[in-house]
Amino acid sequence: MSRIEGYGRVDRSRTVTVTVDGTEYTGHPGDTLASVLLAHDARPLGTSVKFGRPRGIGAAWVEDPTGLVQIEEPFPEPMVLASTVEITDGLVARGVNGQGRLSDVADVARYDHRHVHCDVLVVGAGPAGLTAARRAARDGLDVVLVDDRPEPGGTLTGTETIDGRPSREFVADVVAELAADPRVTHLQRTTAFGHYDDGLVLALERRERGASRQRVHRIRAARVVIAAGAIERPVVFEDDDRPGVMLASAARDFLHRHGVLAGREVVVFTSDDAAYSAAVDLHDAGAAVRVLDARARVPEVWARRCAERGIEVSADTQVHGTLGDDRVTAALVGAERREVPCDLLLVSGGWNPTVHLFTHVGGRLGWDPALGAFRPAAPLPGVEVVGAADGTLDLAGCLRQAGGADAPHAEEEHGEPTMVLWRTAGEPARQFVDLQRDATVADIARAVGAGMRSVEHVKRYTTIGTAHDQGKTSGVVASGITAELLGRPIEDLGTTTFRPPYTPVAFAALAGRARGDLYDPVRTTAIHDRHVAAGAEFEDVGQWKRARHYPQPGEDMTAAVLRECAAVRTGVGILDGSTLGKIDVRGPDAAVLLDRLYTNMMSSLKVGRVRYGVMCGNDGMVFDDGTVLRLADDRFLVTTTTGNAAPVLDWMEEWLQTEWPDLRVRLTSVTEQLSIFAVAGPRSRDVVGAVFADLDVGNDAFGFMSWQDTALDGVPVRLARISFSGELAFEVAVSSWYAPALWDRLIEAGRPYGITPYGTETMHVLRAEKGYPIIGQDTDGTVSPHDLGLGWAVSRKKPDFLGRRSFARPQNQDLLRKQLVSLLPVDAATRLPEGSQIVHLAEDGRLPAPPVPMLGHVTSSYHSAALARPFALALVKGGRERIGEVVGVPVGGELVAAQIGDTVLVDPEGARRDG
Amino acid sequence: MAETLTARHPLEGHRDQLEALSAALAPTLALELGELVAAVDLRVDPGSGGADAVEQVVGGPLPARPDTWTALPAGQALRLGPDEWLLTSAAARPEDWEFAVDEAATAHGGMAVDVSAQRTVLWVRGSAARELLSTGCALDLRPRSFPSGRCAQTLLGQAAVLLVAHGEDDLQLVVRPSFAGYVVDLLVDAAREFPPSRHRKETP
Repeated sequence: MSRIEGYGRVDRSRTVTVTVDGTEYTGHPGDTLASVLLAHDARPLGTSVKFGRPRGIGAAWVEDPTGLVQIEEPFPEPMVLASTVEITDGLVARGVNGQGRLSDVADVARYDHRHVHCDVLVVGAGPAGLTAARRAARDGLDVVLVDDRPEPGGTLTGTETIDGRPSREFVADVVAELAADPRVTHLQRTTAFGHYDDGLVLALERRERGASRQRVHRIRAARVVIAAGAIERPVVFEDDDRPGVMLASAARDFLHRHGVLAGREVVVFTSDDAAYSAAVDLHDAGAAVRVLDARARVPEVWARRCAERGIEVSADTQVHGTLGDDRVTAALVGAERREVPCDLLLVSGGWNPTVHLFTHVGGRLGWDPALGAFRPAAPLPGVEVVGAADGTLDLAGCLRQAGGADAPHAEEEHGEPTMVLWRTAGEPARQFVDLQRDATVADIARAVGAGMRSVEHVKRYTTIGTAHDQGKTSGVVASGITAELLGRPIEDLGTTTFRPPYTPVAFAALAGRARGDLYDPVRTTAIHDRHVAAGAEFEDVGQWKRARHYPQPGEDMTAAVLRECAAVRTGVGILDGSTLGKIDVRGPDAAVLLDRLYTNMMSSLKVGRVRYGVMCGNDGMVFDDGTVLRLADDRFLVTTTTGNAAPVLDWMEEWLQTEWPDLRVRLTSVTEQLSIFAVAGPRSRDVVGAVFADLDVGNDAFGFMSWQDTALDGVPVRLARISFSGELAFEVAVSSWYAPALWDRLIEAGRPYGITPYGTETMHVLRAEKGYPIIGQDTDGTVSPHDLGLGWAVSRKKPDFLGRRSFARPQNQDLLRKQLVSLLPVDAATRLPEGSQIVHLAEDGRLPAPPVPMLGHVTSSYHSAALARPFALALVKGGRERIGEVVGVPVGGELVAAQIGDTVLVDPEGARRDG
Repeated sequence: MAETLTARHPLEGHRDQLEALSAALAPTLALELGELVAAVDLRVDPGSGGADAVEQVVGGPLPARPDTWTALPAGQALRLGPDEWLLTSAAARPEDWEFAVDEAATAHGGMAVDVSAQRTVLWVRGSAARELLSTGCALDLRPRSFPSGRCAQTLLGQAAVLLVAHGEDDLQLVVRPSFAGYVVDLLVDAAREFPPSRHRKETP
């Protein structure tokens, strides 16, 4: 047990029990899994990924390259750092041997998002960050302060003095001042993990209270102050991966934060002043400590402090290796590799400013020789970097930099410069650079030997810096060793790119509440509840839920659709067509605009009439189709397919705004203003006539492809004779406020005629029987109007329209273009799967050996009630010339014979449309 | 057969749920259905005199700046863009409202289209109203940035909404009816953050 009385900020009055690798350990609130394991001198956690070498705890926070655990309880999480896991009762974890394991049970915890706006975001609540936040708050600004650790104060241990008082009192005062300010939001356990343009910072909060477990804050700040501190840098030597080798700052952190002494017999190997603090503190806490300084001279002030305590210090001394099985038992010191026994080997090779958030937004780094590290080279607008993140490593300097005029005061401490030491002499194959990836100096040498000169290439060749820690301790060291091997200065090489996220973020957190039913909006029509009550099965069409069919008890889809089709062909059916896109086109030049957008002429359409129209893209391929109602000389109502409602409006606006701004036309979406019901079938006139008694619905008064306005109980209703089934049909349009009432009225009036609600599947069959294509099902962006047999809808009179020029291309004249035709399986029984290929039918009826030339493919395929057989639509090369020909369709292992025919299979004379 | 054709609110099916939620969370949060009101989309060039003509008809001033709104005698005038307004009236019938505004606008090259049923209104009220919206809306909703009198077309979750500020604790969401169920689900889900019994300080 290495818990030291009088140290640490854990709550020793309470005990927490956790289980690691089957062994129970007790700790206290405030402990991490790492501090508990160190307090109990627990065995190493796991083994490394490639060589199976033992791995323990190497650092006290997110920079630890080794101390990974798999959490089992309260719920499974793979590969998290023991040093970042706050302990709770019942926590169960085990060490990771090689690789982690994804959970096979669902994570039921809640994750959510919050958008936050502020004047100043301060990242980091160490002395610099707290001071910067206080300064901004005193300026009356909206401040958000985030810090990734459980408590504020950063690396302040409590031994420092700020404004003449113990540093922890300073921290408490600032925190209290911020808490009292309603314009300040202060979040601990919140990691700013990504920084994007224009002051957007994403931060992950690990919540202790509230409805969610974690929350992603999307913070938009006018100014971002990065006070993220610095991460200590190791020195690479032989067998530097043994458990018990640790960053010097980490041992100090475990002592002051958790009251845990990470070793009793300590060797400190440093090329930097800061490690002396660790040496002195660990000595004072009861450890036997010896300091080996790689520099030629021991800094005077530290030599004196060590001498006062009897800490032995050697200058110009390096560690070249370690001994030990499961953990370090000795350091090999000096060229002679003298064995110095120890159970903890602390290492410090200087400090790398935590510049990640600065570089995420394109901040440039420069090598600072005095600092021996990369730091921000030039300021970015709206971004400030203060304190250790900017390379200001002394407390007095941090406070001064962050605090402005009323900066807190700390005693100046004169330090000696860091000696840049990437590695000591030794066997490169056992000098570990990235401990998580088991990547060594030998791997870097191999990369350089293979000709790599960029650190980005070396990174990818060696995998250094690609583990959970993203090279927080190994990245710059790898640059340094690469530079040495190449004989070039490190400033020429720079660092690899730091990309978000700074620390791993669960996908669940990024998804937030956008999962399950909230994953994608479900759009419903005004009479959705009517469909539900009628037992509809729904299909997704874009974001819409559309009634697909209405099975009665015992019916499958095929049976239901056959029944619904028969009802429309012999009686009357009703369809909710409200999802169709609807655009009100207004203005003196409305007809001009539509003439340019549609392939056919719209300006010749008379008020009161309806015309089917086809739209093509610039490439002359069909983009959308629909009907156009001319409401007035200067007003049209355009309908689009359900899925294309927004794209068509965008397309029209794009041309209007960017190419033809001179046209006096305005477009308004009325998709949801109007609900439309199609009443179709030979008895539809009876139903419509019964509901709209004032209206003459006879064929002479109300002809095909015309519309009429009327009113029902004073509510305006528009009816149009439009048919997508070939049957006599009326489309009834009403303000969606009244859609449920009108639907009920139509159903009620249709009852004597057996009115049958039908869904989109039935609609598809009915239209296919008539050869009406569905854009997006029978087309794929390579199909022209002519290919669909819609050449009649392409104007020869109009001077120009979108897509027209493409029709003249030789490709479009090719007689072997795929054309829409029908296919009737000769056996009158097989329903050809949609997407099936079409090939020549050889005499033996067998599929020949590959390569088999493809003639086309099946685009739509259904059972037909009217034909009492299955049928299909297909795109076939030169299809119209082949009408009558029998082709083969591979289905399963068989070649099914099918005859090519005209697309219109039901009522080719069109006798049914007028009833 | 029914005697008269009755209008139905697109969120009628959510009314009981929202009333119960609002009762439980008062005064922190209330979600309430707005009335059905006549509304037109007015398009007219601001320099054409059309706006003045429309003001005569609707009985009040149109907002001078985009993304702001003004009160009309029985409704609102919301400026959605440089040449686009949404004008509502709780007093007029939709077809009459369209006819009146359109007649005034057409003379100046403008137009009005009835969009009464194209959108529906949900009120978000209470001390946590803005915080609730910040779960799904990226706009700066701090009262200083989005004060009463402001409006904005934005996204709430994945739904396009028109957000209108009536007060610090009083916001109006104007949303397409087909998305309204999703928006309600989104807000009811987000409201789980606020326990019925107590109210606590949270992020801005």
